Amino acid sequence: MYDTIIIGAGMSGLAAGIRLAMFDQRVCVLERHTTIGGLNSFYRLRGRDYDVGLHALTNITPKGTKKGPLAKLLRQLRMSWDDFAISSQLGSKIIFPGVQLRFDNDIALLRSEVKNEFPDQVDNFDRLISEIADFDDLGSDEQHISARVRVAEIISDPLLVEMLFCPLMFYGSAREQDMDWGQFSIMFRSIFLEGLGRPHAGVRLILKQLVRKYRELGGELKLRAGVKEIVVDGGHATGVILESGEQLEARRVLSSAGWNETMRLCDDGQPVTLRQSGRLSFCETIASLDLQPQELGHRATVTFFNDSNKFQWSVPEGPCDVRSGVICSPNNFAYDEALDLGTMRITALANFDYWHGLDQRQYQLEKLRWYERITASAVRFVPDYRSRVLDTDMFTPQTIVRFTGHDNGAVYGAPEKQLNGCTHLPNLFICGTDQGFVGIIGSILSGISMANQHCLRD
Amino acid sequence: MTDAAIREVVLGILESIAPDEDLTQLDDAINFRDQLELDSMDFLDIVMELRKRHRVQIPEDDYVNLASMNSTVAYLTPMMKDIEKV
Repeated sequence: MYDTIIIGAGMSGLAAGIRLAMFDQRVCVLERHTTIGGLNSFYRLRGRDYDVGLHALTNITPKGTKKGPLAKLLRQLRMSWDDFAISSQLGSKIIFPGVQLRFDNDIALLRSEVKNEFPDQVDNFDRLISEIADFDDLGSDEQHISARVRVAEIISDPLLVEMLFCPLMFYGSAREQDMDWGQFSIMFRSIFLEGLGRPHAGVRLILKQLVRKYRELGGELKLRAGVKEIVVDGGHATGVILESGEQLEARRVLSSAGWNETMRLCDDGQPVTLRQSGRLSFCETIASLDLQPQELGHRATVTFFNDSNKFQWSVPEGPCDVRSGVICSPNNFAYDEALDLGTMRITALANFDYWHGLDQRQYQLEKLRWYERITASAVRFVPDYRSRVLDTDMFTPQTIVRFTGHDNGAVYGAPEKQLNGCTHLPNLFICGTDQGFVGIIGSILSGISMANQHCLRD
Repeated sequence: MTDAAIREVVLGILESIAPDEDLTQLDDAINFRDQLELDSMDFLDIVMELRKRHRVQIPEDDYVNLASMNSTVAYLTPMMKDIEKV
């Protein structure tokens, strides 16, 4: 009998596991896949290391900072800033036709860019920053108002509005075309007021540190242990049945499988309260180069581009939307030592239904075709690296489903979050992208806070 | 345990919660919240660690007593004076 069973060995499940194992619970994390990480993971292909999910960590504040999500996370997990060995970004860009805004981990740069490009908006921009800095994540009743409406009241140039929304939506909006004001404020802080960073070894370092900590504390981790069913008896979850047929008993279950996905696992015959699943998914191309991107004159860490004045954040009608995208070079962080391999990654919105409907042969062909199109679109905004490519890979919404089990390959989960983590059963809770915040820091905090609120206080 | 020993226990817990913090400068009279930016999650951890390490149960209504080092030691003394120092 476990005290808590956790479904999913992604960032949120592992973080929750650490919290519970730390206080001597018998806890078991179950992962369907052969490897940990879920949406944020890593692999080796033809002798080269790749990351998926993570472009950069957000919320990066300097060592010694006492406030903010990163500091909170480190304390809760009993980890030191140095365990993640994070290097800051060199600097990123938002490019729209005829105008670009650079930003780094000091808001002063973005402010001066706004001042140069939109001189009549700089006072409004300052006002936006002070409203966001004062915004109370949990206490405000303005949490769910439309961010588009709120920002347009403050910033009167529509182009600047689009340019500010573009990176925030790409890095964390589960809702099409708009965001909640609360979510906008959190994302604005995490990207523009705090900043971007990456460990030299990438996401694998973070995952390995989490697993090491979890195992040191006596936590159990089972891979290839997909949950077929959450067993419900007398209005309580009593455990799970694995796909292998094995039964595990637990006093409570914490699931990072997603809201709808978790509801479907329950065998209590209750009509499942489904809600709208997220629909926003991505394709990403990855190219390994025979040189460092900086040797081509490319120094930007992340480049957000959009080729018209209006940014569309919605499911594309075609297979991918190449009008906009995110170009990330993991080389362009302030490491002590350069990465061995030059890498360029490009992320674009993709249509899950299209990719899901292809047979194997078509799927392979379409991957090749859209690899070319996405790359061709991106090299309008960064140096053309196509003659320096050693190897490539690509993921699609189909890949995301395979590794996360989330409906529609939805990267940021459902538009409506279950912020309190509660379900129709008193001892079944959810964590992860459908509960709360997104991004790596957000997911880890989701696991921590759900463990604290629901699994530790008895 | 003496007051000094209880202080060491609390200090040990703070060290594990905030490994990057220099606690040699801690002022026992000033609130943890103001000195170390501790929030409600951290206070839960002080309580959880006391339970784990010394089997001391602190009801939620009493968390206010954990504001500073001085108030924490004063609150814990009657509960911990009979516990052997380990």
